[in-house]
Amino acid sequence: MNRSAVSIIVPRVLSAIPVLFVVSLVTFLIMWLVPGDVASQIAGPSATADELEAIRSRLGIDRPIWERAFVWYGNLLQGDLGESYILNRGVLDAVLERLPVTLSLAGLSLVLSVFLGILFGVIAATGHNTWADQATMTVALLGLSLPDFWFGLVLIFFFAVELGWFPTGGYIPFTEDPLGWVRSMTLPAFTLAFTQMGVIARMARSSMLEEQGQDYVRTARAKGLPTRMVVFKHTLRNALIPVVTLVGIMTGLLLGGAVVIEVVYSLPGVGRLIVGAIQSRDYPIVQGGLLMTAAIFVFVNIAVDILYGFIDPRIGHDD
Amino acid sequence: MTTSAAETVPGERKLPPALRLLLMQLRQLLRHRSFQVGGVLFGTIVLMAIFADVISPFDPNENNYRAMLAPPGGAHLFGTDAFGRDILSRMIHGTRLSLQVGLLVVVATGILGTLLGTLAGYVRWLDTVIMRVMDGLMAFPGVLLAVALAAVLGPSAVNAALALTITFTPRTARIVRGSVLVVRSLPYVEAARAAGATNGRIVLRHILPNALPPLIVQMTFVFSVSILAEAVLSFIGVGPPPPQPSLGNIISEGRAYIREAPWVALAPGVAIAISVLGLNIVGDALRDSLDPRLRRL
Repeated sequence: MNRSAVSIIVPRVLSAIPVLFVVSLVTFLIMWLVPGDVASQIAGPSATADELEAIRSRLGIDRPIWERAFVWYGNLLQGDLGESYILNRGVLDAVLERLPVTLSLAGLSLVLSVFLGILFGVIAATGHNTWADQATMTVALLGLSLPDFWFGLVLIFFFAVELGWFPTGGYIPFTEDPLGWVRSMTLPAFTLAFTQMGVIARMARSSMLEEQGQDYVRTARAKGLPTRMVVFKHTLRNALIPVVTLVGIMTGLLLGGAVVIEVVYSLPGVGRLIVGAIQSRDYPIVQGGLLMTAAIFVFVNIAVDILYGFIDPRIGHDD
Repeated sequence: MTTSAAETVPGERKLPPALRLLLMQLRQLLRHRSFQVGGVLFGTIVLMAIFADVISPFDPNENNYRAMLAPPGGAHLFGTDAFGRDILSRMIHGTRLSLQVGLLVVVATGILGTLLGTLAGYVRWLDTVIMRVMDGLMAFPGVLLAVALAAVLGPSAVNAALALTITFTPRTARIVRGSVLVVRSLPYVEAARAAGATNGRIVLRHILPNALPPLIVQMTFVFSVSILAEAVLSFIGVGPPPPQPSLGNIISEGRAYIREAPWVALAPGVAIAISVLGLNIVGDALRDSLDPRLRRL
């Protein structure tokens, strides 16, 4: 690794440390926000005093908050996210088991929304101020304005209930039945992608419009290159650079959106795990799921930042 | 900034210059085509919410066991749910709740975000501390933090608003801080300081009015995102609890009957979509006319 690569990577990785610290602190403090007695909420109204005491000491909530913070960070540094109250297993295990579903949903939606977003953006920019521009941007804005979980139900109603093309929900692992996996993921991924792709479409459009006004594009046109060549070989390539930064933001939106989409389509991912844990007051799972998702988001953003540092020569590495 | 330094030099006494500029822009806005479209969409929703009690054909919580899951048409324009409650009336009252929560979040986020953003931008030693915390809060993807917060706080409309405020304040603070940082180094602020203005006066009279346009744009988006997020919270079951109708919990209840009675789940989404679409269009128009710098986003 040469010096400039180090100067791109190291500061970005270091910048994640305070962010991750705040994330872990907020996650820890969330338990402290629970109003009333956590133990009696978990045990229910019929619990005896002894049972409550047992729960309190198992959770450590009978100890002062600084001591709990000490234990929390001690365990965290060893990769221990605690034990689930209900599932009788480690939180990390439970989250890791669900993670592939969430990641494949977010990943598929990312690919789909980037593809659709850039396509819409290019159509809008090349037909600037025509009906094509208006139509694509209206669809993009509409997507941004629809509640994602509701749009999921609309798709379920039409494509699963009425037409029967897709299952109404449930998950088929890729390793068991690749085709079934595709069928079980198509509607969820499209739901998420459609409600988020507007961000990319609008960015791609304005970025394209900006590049189209540049001298090098005029030169390319003036020397008689066909429009398609100018658009795809010249304009789009440069226009995509700022769009790359959006991938980090999109990952956050998609990971966050995946929570409710997993509920709508009954996909056994981290989001549904968290929502289930909320209903059963299994707070360690809520904390663990929250922490892991945020950590993934932080790491994706670092990766995108580093990638951006490499692909855009205008970004200074040496300062 | 749309305001140039010359226009904001203190001296003119009749109307504060920033306010005069705002009025001028408001006139311009009212002629803006998409502002009109968005305004009509969102305005209709607001009127519906204000006059909810008058225009609802039924009591939103009135059960009618002779008309359970009645299809749209007849006495019940959008049909009824599993308890025979009128969907349209529930939607109208749910919309009112959505807007109330959204408005609460906008006001709270606006105040908190302005306070934190100004402190971070103006007081140097606070900058790092405040912005690190904001960065940390923004690291929770989407509405996940709000879901967790609302869950531990307990399901209620106020707690949902509180959870959403905590979730949306960081981005607002960052925007305000950005404007403050730009303005604080401009010559006219230096001139004000040289003239002996106090910090409080500099911030209130010279810096904040210039941070206002991007803040207003941001607030329209906070409003629309809050409406969407409140629906997610009540859909998941951590928002305002039933039987109080909220757009999210009507959809959640209707989900079980998506085969037999799709209207229960599908109709309320239209109300959410129209409110959010209207606000987004208004926000875009505001951004175009108030803050040309942001146009490319």
